[in-house]
Amino acid sequence: MTSQPPDGAPEERAHVPAAVLYLTVFVVATSGLVYELLAGTLASYVLGDSVFQFSTTIGTYLFAMGIGSFLSRYVKEDVAERFLQIELGAALAGGLSAPILFLGFAYADVFAIVLYGMVVLIGILVGLEVPLLMRILKERLELSELVARVLTFDYIGALVGSVLFAVVLVPELGLNRTSLLFGMLNAVVALVGTRALRDLVSTRARNTIAGVAVIVLIGLGAAFAMADRLVIPAEQELYAETIVLVKQSPHQRIVLTQGRGGVQLFLDGNLQFAEVDEYRYHEALVHPAFAATPNPRRVLVLGGGDGLALREIFRHPSVEAVTMVELDAVMTELAATHASFRRLNRNAFADPRLTLVHDDAMVWLDEHDDERFDVIVVDFPDPRSFSLGKLYTGRFYALAARALTEDGTLVVQSTSPLYARRSFWCIDATIRAAGLHTVPFHATVPSFGEWGYVLAKARPFDPPEHLTLEDLRFLNDEALGHLFVFPNDMARPADPPPPNRLDDQRLVRLYEEEWSRL
Amino acid sequence: MKRRDLLRALLGAPTLLACEGREPPPPLAVRMSGANHERGHRFVRDADDEGWADAPMERVPVVVVGGGPAGLSAGWWLARHGADFRLFELEDAVGGTSRSGESDVSAYPLGAHYLPMPGADAIELRALLTEMGVLDAEGQPSATATVREPDERVFYRGYWYPGLYPYAGASEHDLAQLARFERLLDHYAALRDGNGKRAFALPLARSSMDADLIALDRESAAAFLDRKGFTSPRLRWLCDYACRDDYGLALDDTSAWALLFYWVSRMEGPGSETAPILTWPDGNGALVAHLRAAVGSRARTGRVVSGVTPSDEGVELRTFDADGSQSRILAERCILAVPDFVRARLLPGSVEPSPYSSWLASNLHLSGRPDALGCEPAWDNVLYESRSLGYVSATHQRGRDFGPTVWTHYLPLLDDDARQALLDARPAGLADAVVSDVERAHPTLRADLERVELWRWGHAMVAPRPGFLEGGTRLARRSAVIGGRVHPAHTDVSGVALFEEAFFHGTRAAAEVLEAMREAPA
Ligand SMILES: Cc1cc2nc3c(=O)[nH]c(=O)nc-3n(C[C@H](O)[C@H](O)[C@H](O)COP(=O)(O)OP(=O)(O)OC[C@H]3O[C@@H](n4cnc5c(N)ncnc54)[C@H](O)[C@@H]3O)c2cc1C
Repeated sequence: MTSQPPDGAPEERAHVPAAVLYLTVFVVATSGLVYELLAGTLASYVLGDSVFQFSTTIGTYLFAMGIGSFLSRYVKEDVAERFLQIELGAALAGGLSAPILFLGFAYADVFAIVLYGMVVLIGILVGLEVPLLMRILKERLELSELVARVLTFDYIGALVGSVLFAVVLVPELGLNRTSLLFGMLNAVVALVGTRALRDLVSTRARNTIAGVAVIVLIGLGAAFAMADRLVIPAEQELYAETIVLVKQSPHQRIVLTQGRGGVQLFLDGNLQFAEVDEYRYHEALVHPAFAATPNPRRVLVLGGGDGLALREIFRHPSVEAVTMVELDAVMTELAATHASFRRLNRNAFADPRLTLVHDDAMVWLDEHDDERFDVIVVDFPDPRSFSLGKLYTGRFYALAARALTEDGTLVVQSTSPLYARRSFWCIDATIRAAGLHTVPFHATVPSFGEWGYVLAKARPFDPPEHLTLEDLRFLNDEALGHLFVFPNDMARPADPPPPNRLDDQRLVRLYEEEWSRL
Repeated sequence: MKRRDLLRALLGAPTLLACEGREPPPPLAVRMSGANHERGHRFVRDADDEGWADAPMERVPVVVVGGGPAGLSAGWWLARHGADFRLFELEDAVGGTSRSGESDVSAYPLGAHYLPMPGADAIELRALLTEMGVLDAEGQPSATATVREPDERVFYRGYWYPGLYPYAGASEHDLAQLARFERLLDHYAALRDGNGKRAFALPLARSSMDADLIALDRESAAAFLDRKGFTSPRLRWLCDYACRDDYGLALDDTSAWALLFYWVSRMEGPGSETAPILTWPDGNGALVAHLRAAVGSRARTGRVVSGVTPSDEGVELRTFDADGSQSRILAERCILAVPDFVRARLLPGSVEPSPYSSWLASNLHLSGRPDALGCEPAWDNVLYESRSLGYVSATHQRGRDFGPTVWTHYLPLLDDDARQALLDARPAGLADAVVSDVERAHPTLRADLERVELWRWGHAMVAPRPGFLEGGTRLARRSAVIGGRVHPAHTDVSGVALFEEAFFHGTRAAAEVLEAMREAPA
C-alpha cells in the first residue's frame, strides 16, 4: 500500500537512500537509550537507591515513548518536515539533559521534578521519531519487511547504546559530554535529513531546519569543548562542610570534611563520625562490653577501620592483644597515616599490641575457628546493602559466638532504635537466635541521633554496673545504668521482627524502609 | 573461523553487533578440556578384539557401571545396606556432568551447580542431605548451603536489576500476562489425577501420566504459549530462559510438558514460591564428593566398561584400564548408570538413542571484581539479551564479596551452527566469545581476567524435545531390567537431566538389586 508523496514523481522517490534512513533509526535508538541511562545514573547519584531510580526512569521513559508514538498519529501532513523538527528537539533536550540535571543537583527538592520532566520530554520526542520514520520509509518497502527492519535496527541501536554507555562513554567522556555528543548526533541526523529527504520537504522548511541544526550543533559543540568548566563541583554540593580529602578505595568512597565542629568522615556519602561527639559513640561501643567482661585480655575488632574504637580499647591496661579485621586497606592506611586521623585515634595503629588483617570479617571468622577472644567489638556500617547485611545474620553471629571465650562479651553497633526501631530489634533477635543472651542499650550521639548497641554473652547476664575506667569524657557509673533503660518509643515491639538470615535478608529491606521514612 | 562468524553462531546477531568493532582483545590464557573422547570411543573400537578369553575373571556380586550422580547414588545406597559391589568409571574422576574443579581461590563447578531444596516426600534425598549436614534435625537447610541473598539478578538494557524477571519498564500487558502465567502454574500445582498423583512432580516418576497431561508433550513450549495467547516478550524470554537453563534447549525445541515441569515440580502447592536453591562453591560437586566418600575404595576410576553380557550364569563385564589391560568380571547383577548413547553400544537394541544438548561451561578466573552498573552482585547473574545463561559466582556462598573469584559461565549450543562452531573453533576464539558476552555487563572484565578454563560438554544432557515421554511409556521402557540382570539407572531413563532424577534412578536400581538378591541368594 503506497500513498502518493506530497510532490515529485515516483522515480524521484527512489532517491531517498534507505541506508541513510536505517542509520537514522540506529542513531535515534542508540541516543534514546543513552539519554535514558544518563537520566537513571544521575537520578541514582542524587536520590540514592539506584535500582529503584533506574526502574522508575526506564518505566517513565518507556511510558513517555508510548505517548510519543500515540501522538504521532496526529501528524497528518509534512511528515518528513515534522520528523526533522523533532530531531532538533531531541538534539536540544537530550543534548542538554545531563548539564541541566547537573545544575539541578544542588537543589535536591526540585531535582525529581526536573528529572522526570526531562525524561518525559525526551521520551515523547524519541517515541515520535520511529513511527514517523516508518511512515517516511513506507513509501519504499513492504510493511512487514519494513517493521522487521526498523525494529531490528531499533533493537540493535539500543543494545549498542547500552554497551557504549558503560564501556566507552562514561569512562572516557563523562556524563555531560556524553549527553552533548548524542545531542550533536541528533542534530547531524536533522542536517543530513534535510538533504536525504529533500524531495519530501519544501525548500523553505529545509533551509530553516538546516540553519537551526547548524546553530544547535555549534552551541552543543561549544558546550562540549567547555564541559570541564560546566561541571559544578557536584560532590561538594552534597556536603555541608568543606571537603578536605576524597579517596576511592575498591570498597567505598572515603570523604573527609572539615568545619567548625572539627572533622567528619563519610563513607559512600554516609556519616561515619563527627569529631564533636564521636567520643560518645565510641565510649558506649567499647566500655560497657569491657565492664561486662572479667579481665579482658584478647580483643577482636571487626570493622572500625578509622581506629577510634581502638583508641578506647587501648586505654584498658588489661588488654594484651588486639586483632582488627577490616576489609578496606585504603581506610586503615589513611587512619594510620593521615594527621587528622592520627590525632583522633591517638596513633592507635602504631600500638605493638595490634594485629591488622584485611579480609572480609565473616570469611575470616569462618576460617579461624581456633581463635578465642574476651571481647569482640563489631563496628560495621549499617546494613544498607546485602554485602553488609550478611554481617548481621544468624550465621555471622554464630561464627562470632564460636570465637568468644567462655565469659567473653560481644558488642554490636546496631543502628538507631529510635529511627529504625524494628531494625534494631531485628538485630537483637538475630543475635539471640544464634544462641547468645543479649542486653541491648543505647546512647545519645547528637550527630547520629539516638544510637543503639547490643551486648551478648553465651550465658544469661545482667547489665554491667561498674565501669573499669575512670575519667571518661561521656560515661560514668550512673550514666552507664541509664544506657540500659529503653523509653517506650524505642522499647522492644510487642511483635519483634524475626531474625535476619543469609538466604532471606529481611533486615536490609526493613532498614531501607525505616530510614527512608525519615 | 572468523571472529564475527563465531560470535554470531554462539551468541546471536544482536550480541555480535554489540561486541564487534572494538579493539582486538589481547590474547587470553585459555585451557580447554572435556569428556575423555579417546577413552570413550575405545570400547567401540576394541569391542570384538581378541584376548578376552585369556583376561582374568573376577567374581563380584554387584557392579555399577558409570560414576556420575546416578551410579554414585546407587553405590551410596548399596553401601548403606552393606552390599558388596564395585563401581567403574571411565574418567579419572567420578561425577560425570556434575564434576568440579578447584583453584587457590575457590572450588568451582564444571557442570551442574545447584539443587532445589527437595520437598517433604523426597525421603531418601533428604536423608542424603541430612547425612551431609545440609539439613538439620528439624529438616531445615543450613545457612551455608541455602543460596545467600541476593540470589539472582538480570542485566537488562545496560543495567543490573534484582531478580530474574525484568520488571523495569514492563508494561501493564507484560505484567498481566505474567500474572496469568502464574495462575496457570498454580492451576497445575493444585491438580491431582485419579490416583492422587501431582501433574508435575520430582522425580518425574511421581508425575501423573494421565492422557490429557501427556498430550502437552506433543507440542513445543513455544506452540503451547502461542496457543494460550502468551505474547509478552518478557514472559516468553523467561520461559525460553527456563528451557535453556534446565535443558539446554530453545523454547521452540522443548516439550511443553517439560516447560511446565520445570516450574510446577518445584512448587509445594498453588501460590507457593518455588523451592529455595541449595548450592555450594563447587556446585553439585559437593554432592558428588559426599557420595564418592561413601563408595570409598569400591570405586575404580579410569576403568572403561566395554561389554555387558547378561546370561544365566550372571552378567559378564569386560573392562579396560587406562593402560589398556583387560579384565573380566562376573556379577550377579549390574546397575547401568551410563547415558543411552553408551548403553546402545554396550547392549545393542536395548534402547533407542535419545537426543542430547551440548554446552560450553567456562570458568573465568578473576583477580578482582570488574565494574558494573546496577544492583549488587548475586550468585546467579543472568544476561537478558544473550543466548547464554550468564554466570554464577563460586565465592558467593562463602560470603567473599571482594577480591579474587571464579565465575562459571554457561552457554547452551542451541542450533547446528552453534554446535559446529563449538567443534571447529579454537579455544582462544571460544574464550573470546564467552568473555565478549560477559563483557557487555562488565566493561572492565578483561583487566581482571587471569585465565579462562573451557569445558566442552558434547553429550551434555538428555534433551526433552516434544514427544520425549514416548506417550507416557518412557520410564517403564527405559528402566526395565535387561536380560534379567541389568538395571538401567542413568538420568536418560527419565529424559530430564537433573540431580534428583539421577539420585532417584540410582537408588531405585540399587533397591531393585538388593531385593532381587534377597529373593535369590547366590
Ligand atoms: C553444563 C551443565 C549444567 C548442569 N547443571 C545442572 C544443575 O544445576 N542441576 C542439576 O540437577 N543438573 C544439572 N546438570 C545435569 C546433571 O549434570 C545431571 O543431571 C547429572 O550429572 C546426571 O547424572 P548421571 O549419573 O545420570 O549421568 P552422568 O553425569 O552423565 O554420568 C555418567 C557417567 O558414566 C561414565 N561412563 C560413560 N560411559 C562409561 C563406560 N563405558 N564405562 C564406565 N563409565 C562410563 C561417564 O564418564 C560419567 O561419569 C547440568 C549438566 C550440564 C552439562
